[in-house]
Amino acid sequence: MIKKAKFFKNGIWYWLFIAPTLLSLIIVVLIPFIIGIYYSFTDWNGINQPVFIGLKNFIALKGDTEFWNSIFFTAKFAVACIVIINVVGLSFAMLVTRKIFARNFMRTAFYLPNLIGGLILGFIWNFIFVDVFQTISDATHIGWLGGWLSTTNTGFWGLVIVTSWQMIGYVMVIYIAYIESIPTDLIEASKIDGANSWQQFRNVVFPLIAPAFTVSLFITLSNSFKLFDQNLSLTAGAPGNTTQMITLNIYQTAFSAQEMAVGQAKAVIMFLIIAVISIIQVYLTQKREVEM
Amino acid sequence: MKKVHVQKYLLTILGIVLSLIWISPFYIILVNSFKTKLELFTNTLSLPKSLMLDNYKTAAANLNLSEAFSNTLIITVFSILIIAIFSSMTAYALQRVKKKSSVIIYMIFTVAMLIPFQSVMIPLVAEFGKFHFLTRSGLVFMYLGFGSSLGVFLYYGALKGIPTSLDEAALIDGCSRFRIYWNIILPLLNPTTITLAVLDIMWIWNDYLLPSLVINKVGSRTLPLMIFYFFSQYTKQWNLGMAGLTIAILPVVIFYFLAQRKLVTAIIAGAVKQ
Repeated sequence: MIKKAKFFKNGIWYWLFIAPTLLSLIIVVLIPFIIGIYYSFTDWNGINQPVFIGLKNFIALKGDTEFWNSIFFTAKFAVACIVIINVVGLSFAMLVTRKIFARNFMRTAFYLPNLIGGLILGFIWNFIFVDVFQTISDATHIGWLGGWLSTTNTGFWGLVIVTSWQMIGYVMVIYIAYIESIPTDLIEASKIDGANSWQQFRNVVFPLIAPAFTVSLFITLSNSFKLFDQNLSLTAGAPGNTTQMITLNIYQTAFSAQEMAVGQAKAVIMFLIIAVISIIQVYLTQKREVEM
Repeated sequence: MKKVHVQKYLLTILGIVLSLIWISPFYIILVNSFKTKLELFTNTLSLPKSLMLDNYKTAAANLNLSEAFSNTLIITVFSILIIAIFSSMTAYALQRVKKKSSVIIYMIFTVAMLIPFQSVMIPLVAEFGKFHFLTRSGLVFMYLGFGSSLGVFLYYGALKGIPTSLDEAALIDGCSRFRIYWNIILPLLNPTTITLAVLDIMWIWNDYLLPSLVINKVGSRTLPLMIFYFFSQYTKQWNLGMAGLTIAILPVVIFYFLAQRKLVTAIIAGAVKQ
């Protein structure tokens, strides 16, 4: 018992083991986060001594149409991405979990784009949209393949395509894990009961992979809201900042226009959006766990 | 039974066609990286006439390839080393010692994962600039700060599966806490370390925004930063651009084929955290 008491009594080692990560977290994340909230209530421009001005930055944002456009654009983008990435990702997962020839090659091919950084992906597709699409359009006279990324609409779909190309493989892997954990006798039993492929999917597979759906949905959602690199290298907001997403708008405000406090106020709003998304996710996940 | 066979063949063909379309962008980059500017514009989709390496030479020179590559490698390796060691130590202390402070600190780590990078980046860069810490070591320290949450979270989960009787036996034998952690616990945590390393390699190696704010100086730039400058300098010199992109993609693809199996475990573990 004495040994046991000594074991659970924490000595100096406890704090020594925690200190490096806790200090780095405090210095790198927590202090800047708190200072950042303070800066959003000041007139700080990066050089001057910040002076407290209350809610002025937030009130001024009401007239900042470019900022609201970027939020609206991001939200629209997130919706398109969630639908496309999850539908295609699940379809790919269903395909490569069948016992078909070359399924491992297919998995590798579908996953490959996910490895590459967003910046490089944007440059790759910039070339494809602007040059390859144009070449094909000139040769075949298919009108809609010409002039990509020169309009807001093609910029939007360009971003959706790049992000989907990157994220589908990732989401596919999550779905594969859940599909492969379904006991085969369940599928066999439904076959014996005379279920067709669709009934099998709808009544056996789908309920069992529903948790994967929640996970993938929220990963797609929060990744869409945090997207930056792809936006920078694919469109950089062009034409005329109409394809600018929240993160790029914050970046431009803070580092190009040097309006640090305004940029920080926008960043606080972005945090609130992400926090609400996460809280909803935690709530839904816990609700399911209770039901199960 | 015949119907099932036909369906299987059709699915196989569909899958192969889809996979080829899916990786066609890689084909486009690769073939065009060997072409001259003129050849690229006349035959974008065809195979190159010859395997000309001039583009690669020019691209490697303009990217400061050896410098950018070693910068990226050093930053990635050091960041992952300290993230793995320090966050496993923290997780060990927090999981083994049951008291109020360990519960609260663990909660702080998990809640901090919700804070998006953009809402701390402006003050972070300003504060580190004040203390002249916008350097490569400053960057590694930042990666520890941003990466420790996930590390602590993953190790904490894994530690639940390692019985405390191991620690107790070693304590009775007179082992120090550090030796127990280093000689007994850390080796048992290997699978988690691999998972964490795979996730962090993909994050840090490809990261653009944070290094662009911290070490944007000649001599300390990483590969993603050099790629960005390269493209702003050579807009429309796509033949050079394609060679640059191939150089940037190659290490990641090699890494993927080496770590393929571990990668799947890592993705699943990382996805659950979100």
